[in-house]
Amino acid sequence: MVAPSTPPHLSLTLRVWRQAGPSQPGRFVDYAAPGLSPDMSFLELLDVVNDGLTTKGEEPIAFAHDCREGICGTCSCTINGKPHGPGQGVATCQIYLRAFRDGDTIVVEPFRARAFPVVKDLVTDRAAFDKIQQAGGFITARAGSAPDANAAPVPKPAADLAMDAAACIGCGACVAACKNASAMLFVAAKVSHLGLLPQGQPERDKRVLAMVGTMDALGFGNCTNQYECSAACPKLISHDFIARLNRDYLAATVRSAFQPAPAGTGGGAG
Amino acid sequence: MATLDPKIPSGPLADKWRKHKADIRLVNPANKRKYEIIVVGAGLAGASAASTLADLGYKVKNFVFHDSPRRAHSIAAQGGINAAKNYQNDGDSVHRLFYDTLKGGDYRAREANVHRLAEVSVNIIDQCVAQGVPFAREYGGLLANRSFGGAQVSRTFYARGQTGQQLLLGAYSALSRVVGAGLVELHTQSEMLDLVIVGGQAKGIIVRDLVTGEIGRHAADAVILATGGYGNVFNLSTYARGSNATAIWRAYKRGACLANPCYTQIHPTCIPVSGDYQSKLTLMSESLRNDGRIWAPRKKEDGRKNPNDIPEADRDYFLERIYPGFGNLCPRDVASRAAKRMCDEGRGVGPTGLGVYLDFSDAIKRLGEAGVRERYGNLFDIYHEITAESAYQTPMRIFPAVHYTMGGLWVDYNLMSNIPGLFVLGEANFSDHGANRLGASALMQGLADGYFIIPYTIGDYLAGQKPGSRPSADAPEFKAAEDHVSGMTARLLGIKGRQPVSHFHKRLGKIMWEHCGMARTKAGLAQALREIPALREEFWAGVNVPGSADTLNQSLEQAGRVADFIELGELLCLDALTREESCGGHFREEHQHPDGECKRDDAGFAHVAAWEFQGAGRTPLRNIEPLNYEFVKMSVRNYK
Ligand SMILES: Cc1cc2nc3c(=O)[nH]c(=O)nc-3n(C[C@H](O)[C@H](O)[C@H](O)COP(=O)(O)OP(=O)(O)OC[C@H]3O[C@@H](n4cnc5c(N)ncnc54)[C@H](O)[C@@H]3O)c2cc1C
Ligand code: FES
Repeated sequence: MVAPSTPPHLSLTLRVWRQAGPSQPGRFVDYAAPGLSPDMSFLELLDVVNDGLTTKGEEPIAFAHDCREGICGTCSCTINGKPHGPGQGVATCQIYLRAFRDGDTIVVEPFRARAFPVVKDLVTDRAAFDKIQQAGGFITARAGSAPDANAAPVPKPAADLAMDAAACIGCGACVAACKNASAMLFVAAKVSHLGLLPQGQPERDKRVLAMVGTMDALGFGNCTNQYECSAACPKLISHDFIARLNRDYLAATVRSAFQPAPAGTGGGAG
Repeated sequence: MATLDPKIPSGPLADKWRKHKADIRLVNPANKRKYEIIVVGAGLAGASAASTLADLGYKVKNFVFHDSPRRAHSIAAQGGINAAKNYQNDGDSVHRLFYDTLKGGDYRAREANVHRLAEVSVNIIDQCVAQGVPFAREYGGLLANRSFGGAQVSRTFYARGQTGQQLLLGAYSALSRVVGAGLVELHTQSEMLDLVIVGGQAKGIIVRDLVTGEIGRHAADAVILATGGYGNVFNLSTYARGSNATAIWRAYKRGACLANPCYTQIHPTCIPVSGDYQSKLTLMSESLRNDGRIWAPRKKEDGRKNPNDIPEADRDYFLERIYPGFGNLCPRDVASRAAKRMCDEGRGVGPTGLGVYLDFSDAIKRLGEAGVRERYGNLFDIYHEITAESAYQTPMRIFPAVHYTMGGLWVDYNLMSNIPGLFVLGEANFSDHGANRLGASALMQGLADGYFIIPYTIGDYLAGQKPGSRPSADAPEFKAAEDHVSGMTARLLGIKGRQPVSHFHKRLGKIMWEHCGMARTKAGLAQALREIPALREEFWAGVNVPGSADTLNQSLEQAGRVADFIELGELLCLDALTREESCGGHFREEHQHPDGECKRDDAGFAHVAAWEFQGAGRTPLRNIEPLNYEFVKMSVRNYK
């Protein structure tokens, strides 16, 4: 429904980052987009512009998207300098044109970070997040070995807080928003989610050391407590989890210095 | 003509799976690492299968078209996952879950498969909790449950409105662990474009690297497809935009039978279409029907009024009226058709007249706004973002939308297709939901297939394959398949027509929705079967795919998928036309009871229709697998 204050049609100019490939230079190109409905989503606007380009025989703008409802973490545009654009607690795909004014020029770029190289136009490579996850973002529990699900009650506050952290969609807006391109919020969310649960205890130290070590090795920067990350997070994940991560990391470092963790695969909850 | 032996074990229903596990062949631990298994897909089904098979010792290669396995469409599931834990002590049991699922599917699924699903459902919850899935809990720390449609017990486990996300992240973490340990070779942004058959068995795939455009050949001892559903054949749906049918369609064209393609699910509670530019429809989870009440105005002229100004007496809570036994929690197909009937009668609401209300005012009176927010806050937020309306103040407007496909590649009890060595898991197969899937049971099925079924059943096949006997990727069959794929790419890029791919997808979607949507008729389907081949011709003459094959080219990806959708759409309509009955999500107007309910024809159609490709331009063959009900009597579904 059109909110009463919004005009029925908008005309916008898109200033879009075009870059043919990872090693090619990029530049901004302007596209006029007239006659738009305010109920249209921002990605639908890109669809419309792309259909226009295709009809003219030009290459459409490459952009990442999939679920278009804020949960898969694929969409990743920096709009007017802000990862995921205007609005709080939403992803790029949840931006609707009613957020803009008639006649606005909208600047659209890919997420910028050293660890996220541009693949093409607005698409970046965020495989570094998977690598961090592979280093330790799990609880070892082979299928078939689990005890009854209600065998170990989890206090509701801990379960709720774990869920708050687990809501991360892995989009990378936290990294793009941080002037140091730090991945601390991403790592903190996973470390907190698993560390808050009883099942996550056996591998807790190993996990935090491995994930932080991998994050550093992949070229993400340091956290200097500016908290731009939480502000840009489409799930508004709290930077309190970063403090928790720091405590966990410190404790694990101390413990591992005195008591080296045995080699081999982890303990497991089963 | 394909042989369709469902290989259902003999014996009493409740013993079949246990007995089968004890009877099937095993691969000895030292030999497991000599076998390579390809898993295509890393949604709930693929990620759980890949990680479990790797833990067992097999060498696994996992392919996804997404840039990370965590982005599979399973991530979007909101409401929950069923399991017969009976933690609520409200009378649930494996048998009841089995029965509800079979009945929910309108008696068009296999008894033995559905029973096994209900049996392993309890292990799934244990497994997920052990992995750290943060399910909702009660104050005492035990797991909480909610109710879903088609059931009179509370057996649905959930993690706020993000159950699929949390289950997928659990499976993704298990997958990440084995990838990190070097046990699984992960290929992201790699789209399977063909299945390679050597000596009558599935032995590999052809893949395009979506970033470099490179075409790769991969050989294996067995191939697992866990590539999700094909609902985007309707263009507008609740699926992610990238969800597609290419993997199963190309396997079909290599001889795998496609079963019951016309069984598609239209979900009753989605946000209505707002304009022509629309790219997707957003689901409002079925869990909302626990507390929301669905109604339409009694008077046609009230359709455009502010709903808060329509007095109680002028509201028709039609589900509660027609189905007092299940009320707002009747199954999806039933609820969707009821909403459609209201709109057909001219009592729809909103600017297009295609909508009914889902109203929380009673729930807010009972639980307070905070109570409702605690349960459904994120869904209300989504609704607000999309419509700019607050559902705390005015009722939500909802309309049915395409949501799930029960049909899929035919598989036997071992989840193997009619092509030996090709296994199909999750939404991509046809096996467990009959003609209608109940809410919260797709997640259950995906994880059942991946964690608990395929790890056993694939061993039975591999034990018959000599270790080291897999063909080399240099075999002529691989070369031929690769040439085929490259040829199709070149053809698509060479057309240089006038219309973007989306133009054809939209038109296909309109044909499908109009003639093969919530209500189907013989004449409509015949019409669709004339329009779709014409559209296919237009596509191959008039599509414009800019750019080249050797870079990221999203138009090219989309073109291949839409080309497949057009062909699949035709088969879907043919299946719908041939099935001269109504059952579950397949409603033929000619076959209904006087009150508008589905009229099944058990004498004529209590079977699976498994379509077999006969070559381009030739009518596919309709194979039949009879559904023999030994333990349950097929009866008329009654939710009244
Ligand atoms: C909005 C929404 C909400 C839902 N809510 C619920 C719910 O509450 N409860 C419930 O039980 N069910 C729900 N469902 C249904 C359920 O989410 C899906 O049926 C289920 O998650 C499908 O899982 P899957 O593993 O089979 O496939 P998917 O999760 O779709 O995964 C498919 C995988 O295959 C890969 N793939 C596909 N094609 C290729 C190819 N050609 N080459 C390489 N890789 C390929 C993809 O990259 C992906 O990894 C919901 C569905 C939707 C749309
Ligand atoms: S497209 Fe999935 S989060 Fe935006």
